[in-house]
Amino acid sequence: MIGRMVKTFKGGVHPGHFKSATAGKPTIPAEPPARVAILMQQHIGAPCEPLVDVGDLVKVGQKVGDSKGFVSVPVHASVSGKVVELKDYPHPVGRPAKAVVIESDGQNTWHESVKENPPLQELSADELKKIIREAGIAGMGGATFPTHVKLSPPPEKPIDTVIINGSECEPFLTADHRLMLERPEAVVFGLKVLMKVLGVEKGYIGVEDNKPDCLEALTEAAAGEPIEVKSLHTKYPQGAEKQLIHVFTGREVPSGGLPMDVGTVVQNAGTAAAIADAVQKGIPLVERIVTVTGPGVTAPANLQVKIGTLVSEVIAQCGGMKENARKLILGGPMMGLAQTTAEMPVIKGTSGILVLTDAEVDILEIKPCIRCARCVEVCPVNLMPLTIGSATEKGYLEKAEAFHAVDCIECGCCSYICPAKRPLTQWIRISKGEILARAKK
Amino acid sequence: MENRLVASSSPHLRAPETVQGIMFDVLTALFPVALAGVLLFGYSALITILLATFTAMLTEALVLRSKNIIGDGSAAVTGLLLALTLPPAPPWWLVVFGSLVAVLIGKHVFGGLGSNLFNPALVGRAVLTVSFAGHMTNWLAPGVDGVSAATPLAGGSASMLNMFTGTIPGSIGETSALALLLGALWLFYKGHISWHIPGSYIATVFVMGAINAGAGFAGVTAMMSAGLFQVMAGGLLLGAFYMATDYVTSPVTREGQVIFGVGLGIITMAIRFYGGYPEGVTFAILLMNGATPLIDNLTVPTKFGEVKA
Repeated sequence: MIGRMVKTFKGGVHPGHFKSATAGKPTIPAEPPARVAILMQQHIGAPCEPLVDVGDLVKVGQKVGDSKGFVSVPVHASVSGKVVELKDYPHPVGRPAKAVVIESDGQNTWHESVKENPPLQELSADELKKIIREAGIAGMGGATFPTHVKLSPPPEKPIDTVIINGSECEPFLTADHRLMLERPEAVVFGLKVLMKVLGVEKGYIGVEDNKPDCLEALTEAAAGEPIEVKSLHTKYPQGAEKQLIHVFTGREVPSGGLPMDVGTVVQNAGTAAAIADAVQKGIPLVERIVTVTGPGVTAPANLQVKIGTLVSEVIAQCGGMKENARKLILGGPMMGLAQTTAEMPVIKGTSGILVLTDAEVDILEIKPCIRCARCVEVCPVNLMPLTIGSATEKGYLEKAEAFHAVDCIECGCCSYICPAKRPLTQWIRISKGEILARAKK
Repeated sequence: MENRLVASSSPHLRAPETVQGIMFDVLTALFPVALAGVLLFGYSALITILLATFTAMLTEALVLRSKNIIGDGSAAVTGLLLALTLPPAPPWWLVVFGSLVAVLIGKHVFGGLGSNLFNPALVGRAVLTVSFAGHMTNWLAPGVDGVSAATPLAGGSASMLNMFTGTIPGSIGETSALALLLGALWLFYKGHISWHIPGSYIATVFVMGAINAGAGFAGVTAMMSAGLFQVMAGGLLLGAFYMATDYVTSPVTREGQVIFGVGLGIITMAIRFYGGYPEGVTFAILLMNGATPLIDNLTVPTKFGEVKA
């Protein structure tokens, strides 16, 4: 029997799933890249500095960049070969950033540092945290927050709940779906590691009910463990961290606060599997599952891609972009970022490569707000997007602030639902950015 | 190839619904209401409906300097709604004047669609009611012969069944509860309206109507039928389902919508019981329209994660 969460969060929308193109396709390894570009910033926090120089020989799993900052994780070579360049590359979520470019020798020889760890029961919480940090693990759902930081709450904030987020509520994406189906034991093991690090007795895994196969596989893998697998309503943004916590615990993460403020840690299913690989086999985060999909891709697939492979190469393996391809998005269609080039490397947070065509990409005329209140209805954090949007449009930053623009989680529900096609999320984002920038001064 | 890529801020998916689509759904919902009006009151009702709707559409197209007379459909809704609130056989100039006032003064003086404070159709009707009281209360008994008669609210007699089917004197679109409910069902089905405004409005009217009858210890059945009478009489159902629910001029929060509906009920009944006019729906809605910004400000939802400590 799979437990069902009866409760759901307030608001949200029901866009089409668009997952059928890849949901049934097993993950296959991508073709080995001839060269990879390892970006020095693949996480939120301090960027890494290169540890290697042009001409150095590196092996798979070798650290090629690290930082002394606490909110940071190292990056590793995903192929063995020679460092040929240190140069700036376009970045999927920001400005161009430094990357270590490695030409592969085709051997994929493992580095000496990659070796099995002692069994879980012999490892202490601190040792586990160190393994997780050294493996370069950051949240793989897309936000790429360094995982070990989430696992280091201050003593006055005890954690009593760990949740694995397997909702994968973004349309089109199936990377987590395939992972949970193909490697449920890794997800469960990852959760056990998290529970041990945080001293938590009971763990939860939440999966949207449009993935019954995953629910079944995970329930089987978690049999006999103090872990509950729960079926969640299929509703976007079910996987938003604070909404998920509310569904599981009834607790509201305070405005401006962190999940640890309500004794909770949430990790993505992919992150849990990466933790399992790091702890069990000593393998750092050098590859991930990427869903390559959308009407603009000739042959959609779920690929196991080495970090640093260029997006253009990954798309080429899926038959390339179609003639009418119009928009390239890294991540899902609701929160992913549109790109103007495919010549950028896959990073730890690249869950999907989505290509839309002319048919889906309308340049919509923005109409006046008719105050239909659909945005108020769907906002999962109880804001009034119409008011903040109009305030931003007119340049009234104070009003946008008074209506809590900074609390927006940028899920995109308001823009999605708006019949007047107003870019509400975008406007709120603009105000939010300016308010936060002012506050820093 | 590469240069074909466009970038924009997420989300990259949009729901298919458009403003125009919503307006067309409202027109669809009003179709049975208009049809009932024509069947009940005849040829003059049809002319009134077409004249008001066309004048509104033409006026809007001229104001917007647009060659597309259909536009987003909102002018047609305004014109049609106005027509449905008019008596069955008003002079043609009255219809044209009302429609002009609705679109020009009710809507575009404020800045056009979305910016108006008051329901445009009701602004038109209010101006006509105050200016041409005689024409605006020239009620006819249903049927083609055009005999003057009093509405139930003004002391005319009517059975519940007649009020349900609409075979009573009244405005073109307000008499048939059956047609009004049919159209409202469509709007509920399409998700364009929720129970909050019409529900709280109708419930308030029902309760106040029943209590007023009960003041003389009328008994449960009499109280019920008095409440039901108030709900089916006059323009209440037309106002509750099609005008009070106008997005632009009603509150955006659920809580605010209930306050709005209760306020509508109280003002409507106050006018019906104590006012100079037999009917109070028009002025109740206009007054509560004016209170909408205030209600919105008072009912800003508590944001998620508001610290409760």
